[in-house]
Amino acid sequence: MEKKVLMKGNEAIAEAAIRAGCRHYFGYPITPQTEIAAYMAKRMPKIGGTFLQAESEIAAINMVYGVASAGLRVMTSSSSPGVSLKGEGLSYLAGADLPALVVNVQRGGPGLGGIQPSQSDYFQATRGAGHGDFHMIVLAPASVQEMAELTVKAFDLADKYRMTSMLLADGTMGQMMEPVALDDLKISPMPEKPWATTGTKMERKRNIINSLSLVPEELEQFNFARYEKYAEIERTEAAAEEYRMEDAEICVAAFGIASRVSRNAVDAARELGIKVGMIRPITLWPFPAEPFKRSLSTVKKYISVELNMGQMIEDVRLATECRRPVTLCNRAGGMIPTPEQVLEAIKAAANGGEQ
Amino acid sequence: MSTTKYLFSGFGGQGILFIGKFVAYKGMIEDKQVSWLPSYGPEMRGGTASCSVIVSDNQVGSPIVSNPDVLVAMNLPSLDRFENSVVAGGTIFYDSSLIERKVARGDVKAVGIPATRLASENGFPTLANMILLGKILSDRGEFTDEGIRAALGKVISARHADMLEVNLRAMQLGANYQ
Repeated sequence: MEKKVLMKGNEAIAEAAIRAGCRHYFGYPITPQTEIAAYMAKRMPKIGGTFLQAESEIAAINMVYGVASAGLRVMTSSSSPGVSLKGEGLSYLAGADLPALVVNVQRGGPGLGGIQPSQSDYFQATRGAGHGDFHMIVLAPASVQEMAELTVKAFDLADKYRMTSMLLADGTMGQMMEPVALDDLKISPMPEKPWATTGTKMERKRNIINSLSLVPEELEQFNFARYEKYAEIERTEAAAEEYRMEDAEICVAAFGIASRVSRNAVDAARELGIKVGMIRPITLWPFPAEPFKRSLSTVKKYISVELNMGQMIEDVRLATECRRPVTLCNRAGGMIPTPEQVLEAIKAAANGGEQ
Repeated sequence: MSTTKYLFSGFGGQGILFIGKFVAYKGMIEDKQVSWLPSYGPEMRGGTASCSVIVSDNQVGSPIVSNPDVLVAMNLPSLDRFENSVVAGGTIFYDSSLIERKVARGDVKAVGIPATRLASENGFPTLANMILLGKILSDRGEFTDEGIRAALGKVISARHADMLEVNLRAMQLGANYQ
């Protein structure tokens, strides 16, 4: 029989990371994700791992760079303002093609903002975490069980493609408790990393981890190669959940906590006879364009539900090639839309004429 | 198919989050879908603490409880703040030794119990929350010794296992209070 425990989302991330073989955590405390660091502080010393509270977020991400270079599973976590500080390091990790896990339990912004839940780092995560041409794999859990599962998946994908994975959650997901079946996690062994700086033992050539490349012809080739890899990831790794989409004429697009709220609204609207469903992106990069394209055969209108001023809505428009109207149903600054607000948006789409 | 939405509220330090956790664990043991979401932030320090708990036969959508079926208020600011959010036909449980006024709403069931006074008089002054919890469970027809022992075993860490019996006694006191 599966054994379930009640855990906070933040704790589930930390425990899943340990089970995935992560033995090195570097971070700096910030609400609402501090439970991750607290859990690591308690557990890592007991299992021969490293927990280190760095002097800053910038130091922490550069420590991640060091351990990733040595080919070991490593992570850091923070919340919005702290992730901005890590931006330089994220770009260097990309430039050096290093696998690592970065968790962002988002809070309201911009600036120091507030501490309540938000999804306003969508653009940062999917488009511009730092300077230069690069992507991170971005995973968006919508339950505590998924916090654990996607943490494991994030490590697997990071190693598979030699790049950074980001788990993009929010304050609600981090703080809420739900039953988790940790023994159900599928842990696969870490792949060989022949590129890692593990010491040559005078038996092989030196491995060099570097993001500096002063010859533009060469640097261009590195970028081309990286984007070929990204294209493969876009083809193979995009994931989404489709909910009540079979005959949907209205489609709600929502990820993370927004999808939890929207699920109630979709159910309520279905009871009123409105043909509505939801596409919940699980990967935000790569964005799951395929289910959106497929949905065009029945869907007349899309509603993007977000805890920000409208960010994922751009990807919904791109995925549907602007062939249908897409409206925004949102709250911002740490506020969360209610199911009633989403239901009203669905009803308006069902009753309303052209947008 | 049923879903019960709870909102537990009181001062930080009264054990509000703990009894919320108990209800979530009890639901989980009974194979229900559950979620527990605390308010977090500066308001927890000395001000009002609250947590949303949902126990359902179905998958839990939003974990946020804006309109509870069951409101538990352990201080006046909580009752003032949340009384009007309770659904019509819902229930408000409150600590009548700390809240002097009555529940104003006529369309909800109000159950007051002097939990803090009973806790002091019976030698466990820190367990007013458990007295109130016992009352809630008995009122809802969910008070069975074995069910409660099982859930207590989950929420009380092994380090504090010796506290199980006294918690159970406090809950029984609340359950039997008329």
